[in-house]
Amino acid sequence: MSVDLILFLVLALVAVATALGMLLSRNSIYSALFLVLNFATVAVFYLLLGAPFIALSQVSVYAGAIMVLFLFVIMLLGAERLPDPKVLPWQRPLAAILALILVAETTYLLFVRKMAAGGINRPLEAFGSPQAIGTTLFNEYMLPFEVTSVLLLVAMVGAIVLTKKEKGEQD
Amino acid sequence: MIPVTYYIALSAVLFTLGALGVLIRRNALIIFMSVELMLNAGNLAFVAFTRLYEVLNGQIFVFFVMTVAAAEVAVGLALIVAIFRTKHSIDVDQMSSLKG
Repeated sequence: MSVDLILFLVLALVAVATALGMLLSRNSIYSALFLVLNFATVAVFYLLLGAPFIALSQVSVYAGAIMVLFLFVIMLLGAERLPDPKVLPWQRPLAAILALILVAETTYLLFVRKMAAGGINRPLEAFGSPQAIGTTLFNEYMLPFEVTSVLLLVAMVGAIVLTKKEKGEQD
Repeated sequence: MIPVTYYIALSAVLFTLGALGVLIRRNALIIFMSVELMLNAGNLAFVAFTRLYEVLNGQIFVFFVMTVAAAEVAVGLALIVAIFRTKHSIDVDQMSSLKG
């Protein structure tokens, strides 16, 4: 087994384990921290796949900004430990069966029908570098990039409007 | 050399775990995190295929997905805060007022 494969397998194990930890934690804070770890491992996958710019955006945007927002809201609401609500009796078995079906389908497509063949070698020089990304982004995707700024503005205004107290409303 | 199939399989497993989280958890915040996990799994597949076909467009798409995810989280968490203020709960089973 090559070093790359061992690295991949260990990281895949960590990614799946942290995703499971996120699902099964009773405490929301632990869930959020597991998810941060998951995002960090996925960032390492991006590095292995030769996407350093995306990997660093992943760390700064996802693991940094988004998860800090999550932790902030969890602590603001004091929702660390919610009492275990009554669940529908058939809900969990049904969810597990549906998830198994989804995995079986993707496994069938990938390994039996061989939808994606080919291997990934060591990253090429300068592929996925910030320079290459910037050139593509600002030549071919200029309009979507500008629309993105409007989207972020709308999200910002929306968040402020939604959390603003109405005039005269007492807490 | 790692076959690209491995990356896609990992992405599928992460996506399934995210979907499972949406199905079995009742805490709105955890459901939100599961959605983020699914978006991330999609991004991983994008980057794997980008590397396989050696065109950069997939990475640009990942960039846009991240932006949309950030906007979605900002608005979604604001909604959760607003719901918590009125109902004092973020259990999604409690949000059934329209049923009368």
